[in-house]
Amino acid sequence: MMQRMFHRGNHEVPALNTSSLPDLIFTVLFFFMIVTHMRTVELKVRYEVPQGTELQKLGHKSAVSYIYVGRVMNSSYQAEGEMQIQLNDQIATVDEIKAYLEEERRRMSPEDQARMTVSIKADRDTPMGMIVDIKHALQHSFALKINYSASEK
Amino acid sequence: MFQRPSRKVPGLNTTSTADISFMLLIFFLVTSSMDTDKGLPRQLPPPQDETEVQELMVKERNVLELRLDADNHLTIGGEPATMEELQGRVEVFVANPANDQGLPEKSIRDVDLLGRTEVSDRHVISIQVDRHTSYDAYFQMQNAIVAAYHHLRSQLAEKRFGHSLNRCTPEERDALGMVYPQRISEQQPTEAFESE
Repeated sequence: MMQRMFHRGNHEVPALNTSSLPDLIFTVLFFFMIVTHMRTVELKVRYEVPQGTELQKLGHKSAVSYIYVGRVMNSSYQAEGEMQIQLNDQIATVDEIKAYLEEERRRMSPEDQARMTVSIKADRDTPMGMIVDIKHALQHSFALKINYSASEK
Repeated sequence: MFQRPSRKVPGLNTTSTADISFMLLIFFLVTSSMDTDKGLPRQLPPPQDETEVQELMVKERNVLELRLDADNHLTIGGEPATMEELQGRVEVFVANPANDQGLPEKSIRDVDLLGRTEVSDRHVISIQVDRHTSYDAYFQMQNAIVAAYHHLRSQLAEKRFGHSLNRCTPEERDALGMVYPQRISEQQPTEAFESE
């Protein structure tokens, strides 16, 4: 009896069942596919948005157009040169904003057009003259909902 | 001759599915960004006809003049002030709690959910910047103004509805917005003399 109690059988450790591993990873994959969105533009300007306390999240990503304002980056991603506006993938001027917004409007569905928002991602040191010019251009193309992009303080 | 030996179909080897989906996962992680865009939402006025400049007559007591000069110095009604005190000044100006003669007039209106209340619908916050003012200073000013309105509205929400502003229904928010409407007017920027 004693012998039987302490006798341990020649147990083999069963192999870990990994058949559900792909499902797990697929779940994570789908999660990321839903919560993220593709990076669409390559930034040509370097900007640091101001910090605020009264910020709101921007909804309806498909109805948002972006205007970037910052210093132009050189090939080694160092900010140099003067403040420039970037629309899509290119450095642009204030006069090109109107055409850009019309292009964006065409891309959007009718319900997105109604809630079209322009997010201004501008550097802290941008002179207000530039911002005023941009806002003026936005007013004239009737893109009246704007958003000053910022980070939480 | 017709009898085929019963063969067992071997199970599909799925050990590499995990690796494949890992690759997909890493691909999406690299190419997508999760930056949640936050910001200060604002509504621009529709474009005005530049040929006819309309003079809006506003009583002096109803105007709070905020000005940022080229060196980012803030003045409230001509007197120098700091960004920290701006929120408090805007709150006192908009709410006019003591019905001061020097502060904005209020009118009595019927507001849904609130009944007849005093409404501060005459005040105007006038913003003037210089073309050389930094965007950061302007943003901080806007942020302070929005914070002031937010504070006033949440105080009123606590008092009248008994809960905080984030728990208000859209109708209640509309009612609060009627009492403290955001009336901000942005003037044409000034052009400072080149000082560099």
